[in-house]
Amino acid sequence: MSRVADIVTTCEELYEDLEFSACRAWKEEAPGRHAIGYLPMWVPREIIHAAGMLPVGILGGGDKLEIIRGDAFFQSYICHLPRSVIELVLKGNLDFLDGCLFPSICDIVRNLSGMWQLLRPDTYVRYVDVPQNFEPDRGGRFFRTELRKLIDDLGGIAGRPVTDDALKHSIELYDENRRLIRELYDRRSAVPWLVPTSEVYLVQRAGMVLPVEAHNDLVREYLAAAEMDDRPERDNSRVVVSGAFCEQPPLDLIRTLERAGCYVVDDDFMLVNRWFAQDVARPGDPVDALVTAFLEQGIANPARYEPHAGTKGQDLIECVRRRDADGIIFAAPSFCDPALLERPMLQKAVEAAGIPSTAFKYSENTGQLQPIREQAGTFSDSVKLWSSV
Amino acid sequence: MTAPSVHKEPSMARQKEMISQHFKKLTTAHESGKKVVYTFVPGNLTELMLSFDCLPVHPEINALQSGMRKKSAGYIAEAERHGHSEDVCTYVKCDIGMLKKGNIGPTGEHIPPPDLLLLSYTGCFTFMKWFELLREEYDCPVAMLHVPYQGDGEITDDMREYVIRQLREDVIPKFEEVTGQAFDIDRLKDLLASSARAEDDLVTVLESAKHRPSPIDAYFGGVYYIGPIFTAFRGTREAEAYYRELREEVQERMRVGAGPITPEGPLEKERFRLVVEGPPNWTHFREFWRMFHEEGAVVVASTYTKVGGVYDRGFRHDPDRPFETLAEYCLGCYTNLNLPTRTDMISKYVEDYSADGFLINSIKSCNSFSAGQLLILREVEERTGIPGAFVETDLVDPRYFSASNVKNRLESYFQMLAQKQVQAS
Ligand code: SF4
Ligand code: SF4
Repeated sequence: MSRVADIVTTCEELYEDLEFSACRAWKEEAPGRHAIGYLPMWVPREIIHAAGMLPVGILGGGDKLEIIRGDAFFQSYICHLPRSVIELVLKGNLDFLDGCLFPSICDIVRNLSGMWQLLRPDTYVRYVDVPQNFEPDRGGRFFRTELRKLIDDLGGIAGRPVTDDALKHSIELYDENRRLIRELYDRRSAVPWLVPTSEVYLVQRAGMVLPVEAHNDLVREYLAAAEMDDRPERDNSRVVVSGAFCEQPPLDLIRTLERAGCYVVDDDFMLVNRWFAQDVARPGDPVDALVTAFLEQGIANPARYEPHAGTKGQDLIECVRRRDADGIIFAAPSFCDPALLERPMLQKAVEAAGIPSTAFKYSENTGQLQPIREQAGTFSDSVKLWSSV
Repeated sequence: MTAPSVHKEPSMARQKEMISQHFKKLTTAHESGKKVVYTFVPGNLTELMLSFDCLPVHPEINALQSGMRKKSAGYIAEAERHGHSEDVCTYVKCDIGMLKKGNIGPTGEHIPPPDLLLLSYTGCFTFMKWFELLREEYDCPVAMLHVPYQGDGEITDDMREYVIRQLREDVIPKFEEVTGQAFDIDRLKDLLASSARAEDDLVTVLESAKHRPSPIDAYFGGVYYIGPIFTAFRGTREAEAYYRELREEVQERMRVGAGPITPEGPLEKERFRLVVEGPPNWTHFREFWRMFHEEGAVVVASTYTKVGGVYDRGFRHDPDRPFETLAEYCLGCYTNLNLPTRTDMISKYVEDYSADGFLINSIKSCNSFSAGQLLILREVEERTGIPGAFVETDLVDPRYFSASNVKNRLESYFQMLAQKQVQAS
């Protein structure tokens, strides 16, 4: 097996392991260790890490998890992620978590925080309210106190306070992680046949369960190994995937897009890895550094209020141009209000910019991939034709 | 919240007239120099708007009115033709469809475009997307007020402070800019004092349902009662007069032992007392209510009547703390409460109002309400020993109201409650 195949196999095993064995093993390696879960899209993992804890991304149950009890907790019309998360909670798969953070991205994740409070009263639950006002003395001030509270809480659970030095160190490690992921994305865009999206995806997913130090090594290794592989370039189209920031498409769906002739050259999977376009670290108070980064360089996404009229979709257009993409695939989870309410605004903007797009919905357990394959294939052919005239 | 009139009581006629006058003012707003502000019900800043002589428009109210007038299906279809997904909140689509079709409001008059979009972001993420969408349609400023969620079930000093700072530094300056008027704190205080008086009367009305038989229906009837205070009238003398009159009517019904007034006439015999969680369905509002009336079921407490303020838990607008009180109001609206708080509140309603049953109307559109309701149901059942029921409908999309399904569910639920009553006696 090639080195790349080795790495990808390891990542796929981590991805498929709904028992979170790697996280459990990490906890068991030393007494007094704690693991804190978090839901999409963004939480300050730096703080969890600085408290000596393992941040664990909870991205749903994928297409392998049979939902037995989770359905009984939800109405008919709702995305799939909360069903699988509750299934995992009830089956005990997440019992190793000492707490869970719920970012403010939509009403479902928000209410899931309350469900967790009711179902797991023994664990720490924090709703991470991020500001939608980006002025330092309003949103910034509020966010600073929110982060300080989180720091105090986690320090309390760890049994020792989280120091500024520890937080600075953690910020540096995550800055390094973001730099590596940016490099991964850049390489994929440059040579997508050597760095396919299904692999980029799995390598990123590994970062949801591995300590950041190990993940940094893994990304580095993958990048080096991928360059050495000999894989043929295909006559594929280049597309950007938008809308898949929370409930994840099944891996087979990503592979289906590739098989249908699309090189995905950018996407919004696991935005937590790419939330900041530049380094967070700066001299002075590390909490201020996180706050400033959040206010000033948080990437555009449907859960972030866009304070300026006329700018909706501009980041996506800029991304298409930077990646030299031929078009956009809007792929959103069914019943995902943030993605689906955002979509018409984005479609309008990209249409005005002359960028072709296609759209479909999925759920994390979508099994019927043939229609998506056909749609993506037709789209790919048409954009290639379009870009060649 | 201003349904076609069902039975003429003086307070209803008064409310109808208030609404009609409001829409007349809206139609002529621009000639009369008044500024039009679009905003939402939960966390609304009515007193502040009125202190600047602005006229509020509530897109959700227009949407529910469209539902009641059987216009929503067409509006939703129109929005879907413009690329909106079938999956998303139908209030948004109904509003956008209405706009695309000329923005004719519930009274048949044209609703003027906004001079300001006041995005008070309380208790629901969809509001934010909704106003981003409206901003694409209108060339007007937006004032954003981000209201943090009560994730830990409490309002902290920092949350309050954050809202107050936004009020002072973002929202009020925007009003001054749009209206050309200076902020007048004394005027605001007067309006807040008036609000508190009306709120006292509203609470008396809502709590009258503790009496047997209940003189009101706190869900179907309740949506009329909250109309003025949740929308354009809180802080006005008209609202005070309305709530005084309503209180007197209700107290009189209580004195003579009469039940609530329904579209099918007064309810003669109260068989079941229910607590209801979730908004009503508007497209089949009357049909839905009739299903309860036919069985002698009265809703004695509901959570929907708390989306624009949880007054029965003690909150009142306080003129002596004008900024703090506005912040606490926004922070305290029902959908801004976390699930454990909602569960406690509903369990307490079941006990305080001596309910026989507890029903959830799960709304397809509204994740803010609906996500987690089945867990609330389990918890309330466990805590109170009262069986719950669950039906699924939508707000304004008639495709999601199956009358036969809902009726079957309700009938078997009422049968079960009746058996329990027989056993108990
Ligand atoms: S998929 Fe969309 S609606 Fe569902 S939890 Fe995630 S962001 Fe919320
Ligand atoms: S999701 Fe619910 S609260 Fe939000 S706008 Fe729609 S109906 Fe209103």
